[in-house]
Amino acid sequence: MKLSALHQSYLSRRSNSFRSSGQLDSSSDTGYKSPAAVFWLLLHGLCCLISLVLGFRFSRLIFFFLFSTSSSNLYTPPFRSAVELAKTLDVHSVLSSTPFANNLRMPFPNKTATNSRVVVGRHGIRIRPWPHPDPVEVMKAHRILERVQKEQRLQFGSKDPRAIIVVTPTYVRTFQALHLTGVMQSLMVVPYDLIWIVVEAGGVSNETASLIAKSGLKTIHVGLNQLMSNSWDERHKLESKMRLHALRIVREKKLDGIVMFADDSNMHSMELFDEIQNVKWFGAVSVGILATSANIDESSARKEEEENPRMPIQGPACNASNKLAGWHTFNTLPFAGKSAVSIDDRLTVLPRKLEWSGFVLNSRLLWKIGDNKPEWIKDIDMLDGDVGSPLGLITDPSMVEPLGSCGRQVLLWWLRVEARTDSKFPPRWIIDPPLDITIPSKRTPWPDAPPELPAKEKLERGIQEPIVKHNTKTRMSRSKHRSKRKHETRTDKQVSTRHSEQN
Amino acid sequence: MEIWRWVFIGILFLSDFVVKIEPFKLGRSQPTERISGSAGDVLEDDPVGRLKVFVYELPSKYNKKILQKDQRCLNHMFAAEIYMHRFLLSSPVRTLNPEEADWFYTPVYTTCDLTPNGLPLPFKSPRMMRSAIQLISSNWPYWNRTEGADHFFLVPHDFGACFHYQEEKAIERGILPLLQRATLVQTFGQRNHVCLKEGSIIIPPYAPPQKMQTHLIPEKTPRSIFVYFRGLFYDVGNDPEGGYYARGARAAVWENFKDNPLFDISTEHPTTYYEDMQRAVFCLCPLGWAPWSPRLVEAVIFGCIPVIIADDIVLPFADAIPWEEIGVFVDEKDVPNLDTILTSIPPEVILRKQRLLANPSMKQAMLFPQPAQPGDAFHQVLNGLARKLPHDKSVYFKPGERVLNWTAGPVGDLKPW
Repeated sequence: MKLSALHQSYLSRRSNSFRSSGQLDSSSDTGYKSPAAVFWLLLHGLCCLISLVLGFRFSRLIFFFLFSTSSSNLYTPPFRSAVELAKTLDVHSVLSSTPFANNLRMPFPNKTATNSRVVVGRHGIRIRPWPHPDPVEVMKAHRILERVQKEQRLQFGSKDPRAIIVVTPTYVRTFQALHLTGVMQSLMVVPYDLIWIVVEAGGVSNETASLIAKSGLKTIHVGLNQLMSNSWDERHKLESKMRLHALRIVREKKLDGIVMFADDSNMHSMELFDEIQNVKWFGAVSVGILATSANIDESSARKEEEENPRMPIQGPACNASNKLAGWHTFNTLPFAGKSAVSIDDRLTVLPRKLEWSGFVLNSRLLWKIGDNKPEWIKDIDMLDGDVGSPLGLITDPSMVEPLGSCGRQVLLWWLRVEARTDSKFPPRWIIDPPLDITIPSKRTPWPDAPPELPAKEKLERGIQEPIVKHNTKTRMSRSKHRSKRKHETRTDKQVSTRHSEQN
Repeated sequence: MEIWRWVFIGILFLSDFVVKIEPFKLGRSQPTERISGSAGDVLEDDPVGRLKVFVYELPSKYNKKILQKDQRCLNHMFAAEIYMHRFLLSSPVRTLNPEEADWFYTPVYTTCDLTPNGLPLPFKSPRMMRSAIQLISSNWPYWNRTEGADHFFLVPHDFGACFHYQEEKAIERGILPLLQRATLVQTFGQRNHVCLKEGSIIIPPYAPPQKMQTHLIPEKTPRSIFVYFRGLFYDVGNDPEGGYYARGARAAVWENFKDNPLFDISTEHPTTYYEDMQRAVFCLCPLGWAPWSPRLVEAVIFGCIPVIIADDIVLPFADAIPWEEIGVFVDEKDVPNLDTILTSIPPEVILRKQRLLANPSMKQAMLFPQPAQPGDAFHQVLNGLARKLPHDKSVYFKPGERVLNWTAGPVGDLKPW
């Protein structure tokens, strides 16, 4: 019985298994002891021997080269479209570990009506000649996504989106281009009208102007004639002053919208801009603080990662009835004595008690004469010096509206990474004229302290040295994490149960 | 009297307003479109009053005892047979008087014999079904009256009443001969296939409604994934070289689009699977070993446009739901051009499909909630049965007339269960 079945399989496959094998009826009558049968039997035995010796996959190769039948015009790699004869090897070396393994994997004649175009059996895997993404298609898909998201915003977003006024204090320094470009890219994607007020310490400079001109956004670039100092305390004070200056501009120009503070080294999520549309007068969002210390040794780092430390968050705290009950502020105790005081310190930079970037306000609050303006906002012309925290702008802190599902959603992240004050960097990151002498970098790990380097090399590598201190450790640990995860997922792929993946 | 007349007219006006306000309050503010298939606008029909179903009282070895042996039957994708039984027992369409019944239901759980892995073994199912039919034909006269033409059975397994998971074997066996005249309610549907009988009602596979409910995310989360799929591309255990599984279609999807940033496809099953579907515009629903898949149900519930890659497939409730307008159908031979096909769909068409998917009656029709709710899959089955009424006079036999061959089929099936 099995013999004739095998005959059927040989003959059916020889007649190109892609078409429905109607020819089987004729083949079933071949006698058992005909020379052809004996020949096939011998060949079959030979195949088994070869597969035993060479192994399942390699023996297929041999047969493919020996008996390459009319190959299909489908773009299948040779290993995929196994030769028909090789199917006999399946019968013997089948993986019958589970009862569901196909023991007799032969295409049976399709008993369906002949007008069915769906055939049971082996099919080729169709691969087009250039199986890679087409940039035109990708652009079209992005247009579709944009349209779908616009529709979603129309239906589920705020009915009347207001313009957003972004206040960013900045100054020219090594990492300005890095940070400012990050904020700029985020703002360029915001789907609402935007006005960007950039306040620069030390006066308006061409560097900053050329950077923000690339955005194509409506910008107001003003300068404050005071230089940034090296101590973090002084910097925070100056930044508050710069922000107040920007708020005065909002008041003068009677800009209408929602004012938010985007510090240039922060990271914003797009949901933030959707969420702040819900503010009525004065709102607060939760800010994630990414202030991990840079110089922790490996053992404590691993311990922390095992315990899964939580990210400290600054923002509104709500009680059970979703009303503002207090504030989460940054806990500075673990960092007592170990926080950076001046910009060159290789210690953690800590945020203030409440960061400005966690607050948003309706620009009408700042206008001199506004209808329905609440009384609890202080007049900014009265405030002269620096305002320690944004709550200093209002008299009644309980009127602040908590946003982001009452502070539970973290919509932006705070981080301060700055280069050393003595780091040099070329203007606009272009070395002009190009260097005459280029010295190849040595393949040694970066030294902790910058050695005495010739001036030209310092231009090349000056930018990279300061990064070493702050980010190498975190970068290494992050890449370790990534490679670990990749390894795990590869092993998971092998374990596949039929049930969940069957359909 | 005058006053009362004015009061009456006033009440009429008020009720007019109330009725107008209702549709705005119900559901979300997203505009939806009415769904009407080839049978008309029938998704929201109420079957109560249009048909009567008599439920046979079978000994518990056919249903309760099997369930007791393995409780996993309540959660897998073939659980519809169990929930349908429970629904019918307490439904207003049930009648205790078989003389006035239009349809007869036999509660036999044929898909509840599970392996340790949880997959149902169909080897005893034909015998179980045969034994059940022998029982009802000998204890009640209604089977012999029509030889099952006014009876319906739920056979949710891979290839329906062919009772096998492997397509070749299933085709070879064909539909169980005793069920030749009965109406089959099954998940399998493929045109011109032995295992799809004319007049069968196709139902969606069971998907746990509570589980999906708990994974809903806010609707304003922007859909940023273009195409999403999670599942096997090659079934290495059963089809090592590829080419059998999914007729090579899934492997083609992988080979052509594995490095395409628009296609978020992979074999890993993340914990955020349901959430990710809600962030995708298109969800692939390719065939596997059988053409149907619970992915269709998940895609509809989560508002992701299903891309159905299965030649000649018949989708659930095809006469009530116009699937061509809701999903995208791609031939298996066109899989290498899937990206071109999907990106060339005009945005208006995509938005319309999303509006149709957002229709709550569409989502309800795909689910089997407990307890049953109006418009759900149970009611759609009953609606389908009601649409087949009244029975043709010719199905009723004169006494002594026989059509079915009780000894047909493989020898193994004739053994008692």
